Parts: sequence; C-alpha cells; structure tokens
Amino acid sequence: MATIERADAAAQAQGGIPTRSQIEDFLYLEAALLDEWKLDEWLALFAEGATYDVPTTRAEDDADSADQLFLVADDYARLQHRVRRLKKPGAHSEWPRSRTAHSITNVRIVAVEGDELLVRSLFITYRAKNDVTDCYFGHHIHRIRAGADGLKILSKRSMLDMSSLRPHGRVSIIV
Amino acid sequence: MATAFEKRPAGSGWVVEDHASFRVARTTFTDQDVLERERAAIFDRCWLYIGHESELPNANDFVRRQVGGRDLIFNRDRKGEYRAFFNSCPHRGAAVVREDKGSTISFKCFYHGWSFNNNGAFATRFAAGTYPEDFNRDGCADLTAVPRLAGYAGFWFVNFDAGAESLEDYLADAKDFLQVVADHAADGMEIVGGIQEYSVRANWKLLVENSFDGYHAHETHSTYLEYLVDAIGGPAELFPSRGNISRAYDLGNGHAVIEGPAPWGRPVAQWIPAWGEDGREEIAAIYAELEQRLGKERAEQVAYGNRNLLIFPNLVINDIMAITVRTFYPEQPDYMNVNSWALAPKGEARHFRKRRLDNFLEFLGPGGFATPDDVEALESCQRSYRNRAAAGWNDISRGMLRDMPLADDEAQMRAFWREWDRRVAEAE
Repeated sequence: MATIERADAAAQAQGGIPTRSQIEDFLYLEAALLDEWKLDEWLALFAEGATYDVPTTRAEDDADSADQLFLVADDYARLQHRVRRLKKPGAHSEWPRSRTAHSITNVRIVAVEGDELLVRSLFITYRAKNDVTDCYFGHHIHRIRAGADGLKILSKRSMLDMSSLRPHGRVSIIV
Repeated sequence: MATAFEKRPAGSGWVVEDHASFRVARTTFTDQDVLERERAAIFDRCWLYIGHESELPNANDFVRRQVGGRDLIFNRDRKGEYRAFFNSCPHRGAAVVREDKGSTISFKCFYHGWSFNNNGAFATRFAAGTYPEDFNRDGCADLTAVPRLAGYAGFWFVNFDAGAESLEDYLADAKDFLQVVADHAADGMEIVGGIQEYSVRANWKLLVENSFDGYHAHETHSTYLEYLVDAIGGPAELFPSRGNISRAYDLGNGHAVIEGPAPWGRPVAQWIPAWGEDGREEIAAIYAELEQRLGKERAEQVAYGNRNLLIFPNLVINDIMAITVRTFYPEQPDYMNVNSWALAPKGEARHFRKRRLDNFLEFLGPGGFATPDDVEALESCQRSYRNRAAAGWNDISRGMLRDMPLADDEAQMRAFWREWDRRVAEAE
C-alpha cells in the first residue's frame, strides 16, 4: 500500500495565491498537530512575531486586547512560553493531557492583499478529560502569508461563539 | 486592623477545632442539604457584590447580573440614583431586561408589553375599565426592588434580607482594604471591558480557599513561576518597609486578606526590568503621585503590596500583578459559576493598561498560565470527596500556633470557616 504523506500545503502554495483547498489542507494540518500534541510543529506554522488571541465570549471580531479583558492575548514570546509550559508535567491542567478533536469547516478566503490572506473558518473542538467532555465552538480568523517559505500564520484569533465559557473551566488547550 | 484570630466554639458540627487543629468535614462540599442551608444562612442574608460604580457611568445605564441565584437589574435611574431590581415582570414573570448592559429610560416586558420607568414604577396605560381604578395602589405592578442596595469605595452590594446590618458594619475591617484598592488612582477605578465567565466542577468554598491560599503557589504554579523569571527580566524589588514578609489578617465577619511583597511588576507602581528605563521613569512618576496623595506608608502599601482579599462570602479582590474582581456561586454542591472582571485606574496610559491586561492573562483566567491548574486541583479535590465515608476531613490547621500568621498559613481560611460555621449553625 502506498504511503500517503501528510499534505504539505506550504509547499503547494509557492507561486500564486493559494487555493481554498490548499488553505483547507493547511488548517487541517494545524488541527491535526494540535490533536496529536505536536506543539513544536504547531508553533512552527506561525511566522516570527505572530500573535494568538482568544477574546472573551460575546466579544466583537475587532476587540482590542489593549483595552479589553481577553482569555488569551499572546504575543510571539508568550506563545512560545505557552507551548513550552504545556509540555511540562507541571502544567497540571494538561497532565495527563486531555484528548481533543479539532474540527475545521466552512473555510473561506475573505480577503487577499499582496501575499497576505484573511481566512475565516468555523471550528468545533471537543476536549475530554476526567470522564468529562467539553465542546468549544466558534470561528477562527487567520491572517496567513503565502511566501517563499510556504504558508505561515501571522495572526490567529479564535472567537468563542458561546454565550459564556460554561461549563468549561479552562481553555488550557489551544482552541 | 484585627490580627488576632479569635476562636469561637464550633456550632454546625462540620467545622471542628481545638487549640492546634482545625478540620472541616468533606460533606460540606458534597451534600445537597448543606447547600440548602448555605442558601438560607449565607446567600439570602449576607451582602453580595453586584457591580462596580464605573459600570454605570451615566444616568439610565444598566447591567444585568446573576447574584445569589437571582436574576437582577443593576441600574441608575433618570436622576442618576443607583437601583437594583429583580428582573421579572410583575405580570407573569418574563425578564424585562434581556441584554447584558445598555442605557434606557424604561424597561418593557416583551411578553405582554408592560412597561416600567427605570426607577421601577409601573408606566403602562390601559383602556378604561380594564383594571380597577386603584390598580397598583399597593405597588403590585411595579418592578420589585432588592431589599437592600449599598456601595462602598465604588463597590456595590445587595442584600436580600431587609433586616440585615448596614453594609459598613458588615464590611468591618475589610473597608480599609477596599479603600486601598480604590486609592490606586486619583480619578478612581474602572472595570475594563470584557468578563471572563466560566465554571468549575467543584464546590464554591474550594475557590474561596484557593483565592487566598499562599501555600499552593510553588507546587501548583511552578510553570508560571518559571515563566515569570524569564518574562519580568529579573526579580522585582520587594516591599521596602515591611520586612518582605507576607501576613494574613482577620478582618472580622469572615473577611480576611493575605498581604505581602509582590515578586512581579505592578502597573501601580512597581517596576520590572522588562519595562525598560522609560518604564522605570513612568513608574517613578506614578509612585510619586501616590506618595504625594496618600503619604509614604499608604503609597508603599498600594504600590508594592500584593493583596488577596475575601469579602465574605464570595467576593474576591486579588490586587496582585493586575486587579481581579471575582464572584462565584454554587449551582450544585459540585458545580459553580464564576464571573471575573479586571479593575484598573481610570486614565491609565494605554501601554500601562496593556501591561496590566497582559499581566492578568498570563496568570489569571481560563486561558492563563495558572488558573487552569487551580481548576484542575479543585476538580480533583471534588472528585476525591467520593471517598469521604473513609476519608472525611480536610485539614486547615497550618500555622495555628503562630501569633502572627503568615500568608502561606491558613488563618485566613479559618476566619472564613468560622463565619461559615456560625451562620450555618444558626440556620438549624
């Protein structure tokens, strides 16, 4: 049986604006790396200087973490620390780690400017630990650069489209 | 300030102490009848936090709040008076406010259209003969106001017991610590937009304990402390005049606080190397204003002191690397709803506000580097109480023999539990 390599959308992206299916492959790859807890490989999808935000529930898409309380507002340094922390047994909320299923759908390229794309998608993420399963849902807003080094995430914002973060006690996973 | 942790005879049987041991029955975290007693003895009778004055800056502003199991409107009427009403139409009960916040001169029920001025007065006209001439003479068609509403230092509280003692008497020595928090800024404090609303699958009293538990930090939050070393660029300077010792203080009526030097940067007003030389000058200017306005001793307390304050039963103000205002209520013995806000000085420079919010998120809340581990710990405790028949008691005796309890002792928790015990025993 032939081995099917993990689709490397980054390689396909070179030369021209990526297609939606290439972007989808890239987002599916991101989801798979999180589910497989390959956090260093996940981090490598981000460009240096990238940011990762999770505003509070019911926030607007353009909410600003400089004047509003968020759940996560990582600059690149804190994003690196987040990954480093999650791999330690001292991150008790993820040790033993939870099981997750990150599902991505309704992927749309909503704007293209030069080599940057603005991509919206819906997500449903299930997280299971201690015999409890929580569901997070909402939409991602990715800014993605299609450059010589392939596709890189410039920013990722995860909007939780729930009315509150209940019954969940934590977003200790990356949604 | 009260420092002696006076002993009272245990009343409920769920809290047992002698001169050197203090134990709490684990059934207090699991039993439905304990929760029913808490509702009657504590949540129906204590002053409960409803909001901060900054959330209602103008006449006609309102917010909707869940407090003590009730659905409430907290608002200011046309004259600017603070009000609080049960969010139920007196006609059939539907909510008259369904938004989280807003501004309006009247509330209208969407079910049959009954309307109310924002002072609660019924304001609907019916065709003649629909109701008797003297309809609503007894106020039965007005919105029902909460029995008591009062504010202190910008923090507003309700009480569902009309005969309760005054808020100021209730707050006892906690008043001074609310004032310390209010003193951070010359122009007052404000809630920063965005609420962290989450739940924990554990008993609410476990979060009371955790909120001012100085003992668990090194074990539970090692990854945050490791992060901190890197993030702050070296240790912050510690409390100059208090010997760098963290203490616990009993503030009366179940309120208590731990206070001590902050090892991290405080945007008011303790510098860390990560903020650079410009930041050092800005912090020095903030500190100078504090000292000029408050005097040296109080300015040092505001600037360099960490405070984890509990206002009995369930208002936690953590004035640490940022200021959190947090309440939490039991839905079930093993499940609570948490609401958490960020408090900050009005008029704070934008880059300091950003630092403050970064500080908040690094440690606190469902996506922070520390709170999720607290949640894991609390939920683990709750699950283990399935063993309560064989292993039935929690130990809360740390530091009991010390005259001056330290912040990583458990005197502050004993202050809470004695008040809890007294009130629950009275409900029998």
